[in-house]
Amino acid sequence: MGKLESRQSKSLFAPETAASIRYALLALLSVVLMTVDHRQHHLELMRNVLATALYPLQVTVQLPFEAADWLAQHFESRSALVEENERLREKQLFINAQLQKLTALEAENRRLRSLLESTVNVAAERVLIAEILMVDFDPYRHQVLLNRGTQQGARIGQPLIDERGIVGQVAHANLLDSTAILITDPAHALPVQLTRNGIRSLAVGTGRFSELELPNIPNNGDVKVGDLVVTSGLGGRFPRGYPVARVTRVEFDPGRPFARVFAQPTAHLDRVREVLMILDDIADPAAHPGAAAVAPVPDAAKPDRHPKPDKPAAAAGRH
Amino acid sequence: MGSIETSRGYGLVLLTFVVALMLSSLHLPPVIDRFRPDWVGLVLTYWALALPNRVGVGTGWVLGLIQDTAQGTLLGQHALGLATVAWLTVRFHQRIRVFPLWQQALSVASFLMIEQLLVVWIKGITGYPPGDWWYLAPPLGGMLAWPWVFIVLRDLRRRFQVS
Repeated sequence: MGKLESRQSKSLFAPETAASIRYALLALLSVVLMTVDHRQHHLELMRNVLATALYPLQVTVQLPFEAADWLAQHFESRSALVEENERLREKQLFINAQLQKLTALEAENRRLRSLLESTVNVAAERVLIAEILMVDFDPYRHQVLLNRGTQQGARIGQPLIDERGIVGQVAHANLLDSTAILITDPAHALPVQLTRNGIRSLAVGTGRFSELELPNIPNNGDVKVGDLVVTSGLGGRFPRGYPVARVTRVEFDPGRPFARVFAQPTAHLDRVREVLMILDDIADPAAHPGAAAVAPVPDAAKPDRHPKPDKPAAAAGRH
Repeated sequence: MGSIETSRGYGLVLLTFVVALMLSSLHLPPVIDRFRPDWVGLVLTYWALALPNRVGVGTGWVLGLIQDTAQGTLLGQHALGLATVAWLTVRFHQRIRVFPLWQQALSVASFLMIEQLLVVWIKGITGYPPGDWWYLAPPLGGMLAWPWVFIVLRDLRRRFQVS
């Protein structure tokens, strides 16, 4: 037997039996790992170490896309660039004009708020630009990989916005990159309200990029198609007043206690390439006692925040 | 195990796994993406078939853990799936080795299907039900990819004399 048998299998039955025992043990370990990962968040460190080790791999995956972008930019004709420059200059002028109005409004708002003795901070949040890496995740979950980690000031629970509205929040912050969960992920929900009449609800992800569901709006609630849905600032995670979605569908069914309200996210979640991470710790109850008093119950469905003393000022200065 | 003769070729095995991991996180258009085979599972099956004493359940489990991190899934989800694939392959390696290529592809597809069903089941338990039947497509993609993976890896293994 020995001569004819291939070199690596010294015994005929050894690999199978050993593999079966090892398999039973590892399957058990997997179940334990999954339970711990699902129920608690004690495995962040392990995930961080593995993710940091994997970072070069993900950067390599990203390379062809960056090369294509770079080539496209370099071969764009001069006239197109001049034209674009012109257009951007005009846009900037326009935005600057709007900004002036905003500054005036902000000042007025602050004055009115001080009259009302409210403690809500309306100063502009400090932000950090993060790029979404073209790395595919599990197709059934709406997650993206960002190229900013704890080194640059990212932390768990940090809100992400783009120029159109709320995009999501950071779910895992690693050393050099971080994973973000989008607002359309089935496990995500954020507190919102309608701008028209202040009705409060949650915006729950449906697993489709084009739709959020607003549960618990009563059948006689005043909701119309086209209503703008903004963050309410309750829960203390997302800053208040950022656009989230626009109501697209309202179904009243007398047999149900609540209306079925659907809204389309204002941010283009399936096309966005760059997002802004909001660095200010808006959830800090010491800085905003008013916000904490309104929403003392943290959302259990979202990942726990680590009370980590990070330095947003230094990170913001770098960019 | 461990002698100079049997410890060669780890570099090659490692490299093929790195390439497989890259292929599985490459951004693809959704039409192709639905049929994207589990590259890591395919490469693992090949090595478990060729070197069952060196690549097996433990390798599959560690790879699964890496994939869980790379894809942001529950830690242990792919680990369980790939350990299962490795175990099945090692368990039946002597039979599968003598199969013709198309029959091999069928058995590999059934292993990958078992892995996929396990992973989908775990997702369902943790609140991510798949919603449609497209999750059955990747094992079919795996079946179509197996002959090519097998031929390429076998040639590589012979070129570098890993056994």
